[in-house]
Amino acid sequence: MPDDSIALTIDGQAVRVAPGTSVAAAVLIFQGPGFRRSVTGTPRGPLCGMGICYECRLTIDGLPQRTSCQTVCQAGMEVVTDVP
Amino acid sequence: MFLDVSKNRSFDVLVIGGGPAGMAATVTASGEGRKVGLVDDNPDLGGQIWRGERKKPSSAEARVVFEELQKSTFEALPGTRIVGLVRPGTLLAEASGSLVELSYQSLILATGARELFLPFPGWTLPNVMGAGGLQALAKSGLPIAGKSVVVAGSGPLLLAVAAHLKKKGAILRGIFEQAPLSKLVKFGLGLWTEPSKISQAIDLRWQIGAVRYRAGAWPVEAVGGEVLRSVKLTDGKKVWSVDCDYLACGFGLVPNLELPAILGCSIGPGGTIVDEWQQTTVENVYCAGEATGVGGLDLSLFEGKIAGHAAASGRPDKARFLLNYRDKARRFARALDESFALRDELRHLAKADTIVCRCEDVPAGALAGRTSWVDAKLQTRCGMGPCQGRICGAATSFLHGWERGSVRPPIFPVGVENLAEVYSNSASSPV
Ligand SMILES: Cc1cc2nc3c(=O)[nH]c(=O)nc-3n(C[C@H](O)[C@H](O)[C@H](O)COP(=O)(O)OP(=O)(O)OC[C@H]3O[C@@H](n4cnc5c(N)ncnc54)[C@H](O)[C@@H]3O)c2cc1C
Ligand code: FES
Repeated sequence: MPDDSIALTIDGQAVRVAPGTSVAAAVLIFQGPGFRRSVTGTPRGPLCGMGICYECRLTIDGLPQRTSCQTVCQAGMEVVTDVP
Repeated sequence: MFLDVSKNRSFDVLVIGGGPAGMAATVTASGEGRKVGLVDDNPDLGGQIWRGERKKPSSAEARVVFEELQKSTFEALPGTRIVGLVRPGTLLAEASGSLVELSYQSLILATGARELFLPFPGWTLPNVMGAGGLQALAKSGLPIAGKSVVVAGSGPLLLAVAAHLKKKGAILRGIFEQAPLSKLVKFGLGLWTEPSKISQAIDLRWQIGAVRYRAGAWPVEAVGGEVLRSVKLTDGKKVWSVDCDYLACGFGLVPNLELPAILGCSIGPGGTIVDEWQQTTVENVYCAGEATGVGGLDLSLFEGKIAGHAAASGRPDKARFLLNYRDKARRFARALDESFALRDELRHLAKADTIVCRCEDVPAGALAGRTSWVDAKLQTRCGMGPCQGRICGAATSFLHGWERGSVRPPIFPVGVENLAEVYSNSASSPV
């Protein structure tokens, strides 16, 4: 990873990504395709990639229900998934 | 979430949506010397097709528009989402967790379109994504090289996505278009009246190379436990299975009409109704691009320019020549639409236990006896989750013919307590 990489944490794990990477892409890379559980407990991940479906929603820097596909990774960001 | 008055803004012309239509509108309106604001909920301008391309345009068309925008004077408000109407002339927006009010004299709605997703067994599995959905994630940093991808569904977007993924090193396991070959051939012939489109189509086929493009085939099941492993497809006669890492699947596009609807604009069967100068049925509110009806890039650019002129300075003669170009692009869009009409079999893919509303996990069986969208909402909670019916509303409109009915603000989820506060404040403040 080149020097301009961005450091953030996903569920407490420190990771580095290229600038411009969305939080959804970072979670797919480091955590895998399951982002959350649905109301009946089935696994879910991003669907639309454009802020419409809310399947990729995560807690980012303490704010719940953020669409991770529309959020760019920032240095020091804390991302929390909903995977048990 | 709280209202941050220090960030309130007021504009002569406010444009909502930073895709091709909104960008073209911004360039023209600012060229007329008006104070223009351009809002988009993504981190950067470009919309769906030019997502993330501001610094590195991938086509000549994109380069031209980004350069024009660069030379224009306007205020860009990326990462900002319009969630409601405070009062006529003022919209409520959300940006990184706080609420702001944006006021305007003229408003241009260029909210674009989203993909149509239809339920079939397994479609909720992680790694089953939209065609444009997977493309968007690949554009925002998801490494796709070496991954095997099945592209399926309908429409010209499948080809554009396949070409993009292939270029990024994905292994394409086939492109499956539900429309029958006979209709596509007709569309292919129709292209001869549009020379620029032919070269585009040839170019895409060339980029896709030896990958199989199969018409008259569609997905019937996505298979996997915690994550997608394979896809079952059919041509109506036999069913076969293809292993893959991703299924990129969309059944065409549907316009984003929530914002025009809460502003009181009349909506027709294809999208927001506009007059020849792109004005909606609400005075000083214009609409351009996919939100007036899905029609592709050229149409979005023409409509955006016309709306920009009209919103900034009425109906200038110098912009009248654009109307012809727009009407020609509209005719092309209509032909396209007919060629990719969705087949009836797609209405019957979901089994009784297949989830239709993904937010509330409402299965197809629970919707079987319902008579309307409102009935379904009240009886099953269909469409009551965070996406507010954007996915299942479009799906049930195709499956059951249900109209979505009235849209209520906020059109995207925001902290409700604070919203009540904003609306009660604004009701008492002078307009
Ligand atoms: C997922 C997807 C991928 C596509 N990929 C391609 C492709 O590769 N090639 C191709 O030729 N065509 C593609 N298209 C079609 C292309 O988008 C259209 O042809 C056309 O360019 C649309 O232009 P537009 O300006 O009308 O809308 P868009 O480009 O969709 O722009 C609308 C913008 O408005 C924003 N917006 C909507 N509502 C709000 C709100 N309330 N607040 C703030 N912002 C809002 C959206 O996030 C979006 O950025 C794609 C379409 C979709 C849906
Ligand atoms: S993937 Fe649909 S909102 Fe992010």
